[in-house]
Amino acid sequence: MMDPEQLVRFDRVTCRYGREPVLVNVDLEIGAGEFIGIVGPSGSGKSTLLKAIAGSVEPIAGRIERRPGVSIGYVPQVETVNWFFPITVREAVLMARIDERRLPWPSKDEIDESQQVLERLGLGGLADRHIRELSGGQQQRVFIARAMLGRPRLLLLDEPTSGVDVRTRHDVMHVIHDLHHQGLAIVLTTHDLNGIATHLPRLVCLNREVIATGSPRQVIRSEVLEKTYGAPLEVLSHGGMPVVLEQYPELVDEEEGATVLPLREDHHEHPA
Amino acid sequence: MSTLLEPFHYEFFQRALVVATVTGALCGLIGVYVVLRGMSYIGHGLSHAIFGGAVASYIVGVSVFVGAVVWGLVAALFINKVARRRSIGADAAIGAITSASFAIGIILISVQRTFVVNFEALLWGNVLAVAPVDVLVVLGVALASTAFVFLRYRQLLFSTFDPEVAEVSGVNTARVDIGLAIMLTATIAATMSVIGVTMIAAMLVIPPVIGRLLTDSFSKMLWISVGTGTFCGFVGVYGSYYLNWSSGGTVVLTAGVLFVFAFLFSGWRRRIPALGAEPAH
Repeated sequence: MMDPEQLVRFDRVTCRYGREPVLVNVDLEIGAGEFIGIVGPSGSGKSTLLKAIAGSVEPIAGRIERRPGVSIGYVPQVETVNWFFPITVREAVLMARIDERRLPWPSKDEIDESQQVLERLGLGGLADRHIRELSGGQQQRVFIARAMLGRPRLLLLDEPTSGVDVRTRHDVMHVIHDLHHQGLAIVLTTHDLNGIATHLPRLVCLNREVIATGSPRQVIRSEVLEKTYGAPLEVLSHGGMPVVLEQYPELVDEEEGATVLPLREDHHEHPA
Repeated sequence: MSTLLEPFHYEFFQRALVVATVTGALCGLIGVYVVLRGMSYIGHGLSHAIFGGAVASYIVGVSVFVGAVVWGLVAALFINKVARRRSIGADAAIGAITSASFAIGIILISVQRTFVVNFEALLWGNVLAVAPVDVLVVLGVALASTAFVFLRYRQLLFSTFDPEVAEVSGVNTARVDIGLAIMLTATIAATMSVIGVTMIAAMLVIPPVIGRLLTDSFSKMLWISVGTGTFCGFVGVYGSYYLNWSSGGTVVLTAGVLFVFAFLFSGWRRRIPALGAEPAH
């Protein structure tokens, strides 16, 4: 039996693509209103874990329980989006409404609701713009808006800040934190340990299996990260927050004591 | 005035005009999904694949239309399945599967030597020899296809734009793919002998591309594509009467001329998106 506060529970779940196991014996519980970050190297099964939570990947062993009737929103990596597809912001948001109405055109209620969601996410005046015409942060928010229109209790975000600049990252994380404060449970994957992971209430370190789970202070430790990433990572404390240092001993100039990248001939700039 | 109305006095011309106009609209409708899924060559490929099914069904003594539809459907679904593998693109999947299917038809003919087919008629069709039953079949396919797009509009759009997230969000993408494959195959099988494979292939691609050049909205692209297909079907057949040109060829040429205008116009507006290109971000 699931705890009434739980939305999803994984019990020793194993999933695979082809012959390769991608997730092995994963135990995980997602409670109502939780905010969880999944960290791990590329190929560690982060995206598969999100899809398994959403129900589009079935386990070959173990059990996934979802609270009956719980609706789950999914926000993909923006790198996977075809930006040349002919679609406006409103069309992109409304396409997620697949259950309640069969007619192609949106009802007045749907237009009103989509406008409310767009305004809530700061996209109010952009409904008729093509998705390619937006900034990086606005583009990410369009797909959050699409997921929100399904009125989810749990929002899954796959690398919501990958490939964006610092300002856009702040912008996107601000929106996600707002949604969490309004009661939504959030699970996101990220490669950004310092910029995002250390600021989240709960982390899951994943490398096909769950290496560790807990608060950033509990899991952002050298031994856990080395086991997760298979590479040496030093962890310092700054103002009580863990800070991860990546080490490249071969790039350190011993005389200067600073990290430098060796310049190759073809990296020199030539005068115009 | 009476000169302009002269062709309408002939029943064969009325049927040709109806079939060409409806086929243009139908291809414009389905073509939007075909082009946006990066499968622009599927019209050409499937019309060849269907040929294998038509020969096989003729030999075993079942309806050529039913045999062609079933064979084409299997080929279309197989193409969908193969194209979903990241290592094999849709163009390669279409090339491999439809060529093999066409080869089966050729081999069956060479073995049996009893199947007589007019290849030129298959290539360009014979729109002026449309029988009343052909009109009914094309209208039936058009009606069923329109109903499918109408009732599955959002699922079709979602699974075309983002199949992976559509699946996660509860869209049965496999069922949508099957529906689209049935529509496409039925369209090709119903119109191949009257319109010709070249016109089908062209009309599945040119009207949607014109729509894409003129708008960034999916719903507007759909309307423009259907409108362009309808216009080209009507004007092409009507014009061919006076010009004494091949009807199928005139329909395609009309679409080609409109494409050039749309291309120049969109260039002028500095809005020339690359169809099927990789994401820019």
